[in-house]
Amino acid sequence: MSHLLEVKNLQTHFPTRAGLVKAVDGVSFYLDEGELLGLVGESGCGKSITALSIMRLISPPGKIVGGEILFNGENLLTLSEERMRAIRGDDIAMIFQDPMTSLNPVYTVGEQIAEALRLHRNLSRRDARAGAIEAMKEVAVPDPARRANDYPHQLSGGMRQRVMIAMALACDPKLLVADEPTTALDVTIQAQILELLDELRKTRRLAVLLITHDLGVVAEVADRVAVMYTGRIVEESPVEELFARPKHPYTDGLLRSVPRLTAAHVAKVERLATIEGTVPKPTNLPPGCHFAPRCSHRLPRCTEGERIPLYDLEGGVRVRCVLYDLAAAVAADSQTERTQGNAAQ
Amino acid sequence: MTKGMMDGTTERMSQGLPEGLPEGITNERAQRVPDAETTAARARDSRGADDASELVRVRGLYKHFPVAGSDDVVRAVDGVTFEIVGGETLGLVGESGCGKSTVGRCLLRLIEPTRGDIYFGGSDVRALSGGDLRRLRRQMQIIFQDPYASLNPRLTVRDIVGEPLVIHGLGNKEERRARVADLLRKVGLDPDYMNRYPHEFSGGQRQRIGIARALALNPKLIVADEPVSALDVSVQAQVINLLEDLQKEFDLTYLFISHGLAVVEHISTRVAVMYLGRIVEVTSAVELYANPLHPYTRALLSAIPVPDPTRKRERIVLQGDVPTPINPPSGCRFHTRCPDAIPDCARIDPDLREVAPGHTVACIRVPGWAEAPTSEGMKDS
Repeated sequence: MSHLLEVKNLQTHFPTRAGLVKAVDGVSFYLDEGELLGLVGESGCGKSITALSIMRLISPPGKIVGGEILFNGENLLTLSEERMRAIRGDDIAMIFQDPMTSLNPVYTVGEQIAEALRLHRNLSRRDARAGAIEAMKEVAVPDPARRANDYPHQLSGGMRQRVMIAMALACDPKLLVADEPTTALDVTIQAQILELLDELRKTRRLAVLLITHDLGVVAEVADRVAVMYTGRIVEESPVEELFARPKHPYTDGLLRSVPRLTAAHVAKVERLATIEGTVPKPTNLPPGCHFAPRCSHRLPRCTEGERIPLYDLEGGVRVRCVLYDLAAAVAADSQTERTQGNAAQ
Repeated sequence: MTKGMMDGTTERMSQGLPEGLPEGITNERAQRVPDAETTAARARDSRGADDASELVRVRGLYKHFPVAGSDDVVRAVDGVTFEIVGGETLGLVGESGCGKSTVGRCLLRLIEPTRGDIYFGGSDVRALSGGDLRRLRRQMQIIFQDPYASLNPRLTVRDIVGEPLVIHGLGNKEERRARVADLLRKVGLDPDYMNRYPHEFSGGQRQRIGIARALALNPKLIVADEPVSALDVSVQAQVINLLEDLQKEFDLTYLFISHGLAVVEHISTRVAVMYLGRIVEVTSAVELYANPLHPYTRALLSAIPVPDPTRKRERIVLQGDVPTPINPPSGCRFHTRCPDAIPDCARIDPDLREVAPGHTVACIRVPGWAEAPTSEGMKDS
């Protein structure tokens, strides 16, 4: 079975004066049609660089140095720039955190959406404009025919993000990469945009890679979640499982440190849990597990320099932590038994 | 450096310290600063019970900003009334442009209010000027959102944290060094780092430096304007816990301004919800969570993404955007987006009324609002 998007062992590095930064250090995940994968982590964990790598928008001196990005079975990393340009904005679209800086201030929003249609669909000016208005209508911009003549600064933040989404979706992409699309928005507007994204992926079978630091957003809309730390995925899990039973000590710590609207939190009977220390510098990562120095479950093995693998557990859970070495072995055993059992029948 | 808080920064003052400054610094000729110690002490006994426990009282506060090239004004703050009880944390929550930060800045007179009254520990903040205002500001400090923009990159941590002491002429060089070391320890930073520059610290550590600076003068009130909004979740939790610990240790009162209702609810004793320049609801954090009355508060609560995928709830998705504060809607400012609005809402501009003990709300649709008495001072003349 092949996936719509399959990222295999992706490595994106940035040489800096302080040393080589492995911003993305062996990231693998997949995404199917109509699915929403949340890629979460704190600043500097490599989640945005992963997204930009998929779009092949890494600017020098940054470089994708290894891995594969299979889209519909085709490795994007071996395509010519010309072919990639045809895919970008057509089959794969991206939206960014700040719609103000991603829109051109000197063109009307209608012209900007129409441009995508003219480039990728060879539409006439008139048809492209009609398509742009149609796209704006679909993302619920009120009075789209009039709004198409507005410049970005005339729109509110929420409307700009809707226009960005309209532009991204104008060419009917199969995959939408959304990098913190609601972070700059107020919560009531964020709720509108999340609802829109959720609806679009259902009606269009759109696959969405949602990059965010907000665990609440992920819980609301994601099917699966991958948690990143220092350029690596440390845990990947179906969303219910991740929030009910976080496996990696980092995920667990993150979930505990979020202030929640619960009676206990509001009544201040619970103090917020914290993760000790800070994220290590990317040029000075600790040996072995990068989270070990902050981890309360640390074992001697964690700091001995071993590259901890992602262990496969049952139920589609993967976790990069030696605490699950045994559990993974058990899961593998039962998997073997099941296959043998099936074979015997 | 916090520009404005320190206007006339070059002028060194020869006064002593506000009372209660920690050991290590001599306290000569302490100026009589408007003192709120006793009221704060009383507040701890009977929190929110009577006016005597108030540290801050704001009545009918307005701040209108002129719009360049027109006669219009931005009604950033448009008639706000509230109190802060000594020792409590009052949360001020609302979306961008609702005026919450402007309220905080008016309180310290970092910007001049258009009109309205502000009392701090009984003294009229708006009547003070020059040295008197500066002395009052020792008791009122501010922490900003962006720890990158609010620390001077060319000063060492020692200079940054010690600057308030220099400006207010407190202690000699060695005493100030000891005080800075002490402050850094209090906020969880190694005093050995005091000769380093802000860029050598992470976002969370910088926010700790900002907090140390705010504590330097031993203030009674700290206005915390989105202090954790720029921080990652794990760091955010550390800073929230630090603020809570410091409050206990130094008997601080906070005005905690944020757009994040979850954070505000976690840290606050009471919460005031703002919309388009007005406070629409005030009550205890517990009551606001358990029994939100204003439709806007209910929409805000329901819009917050909850880190629990099993909780599939009915979300109230508000239609449209916040209207412009240049020309706010008639009647209730929320009526254009309100799911409960009736025709009267476009006509009647509701004031804040106490519909239950300690629970005030401005909405004609809330049962009991029509019969409830108008909050004191809400309607300015």
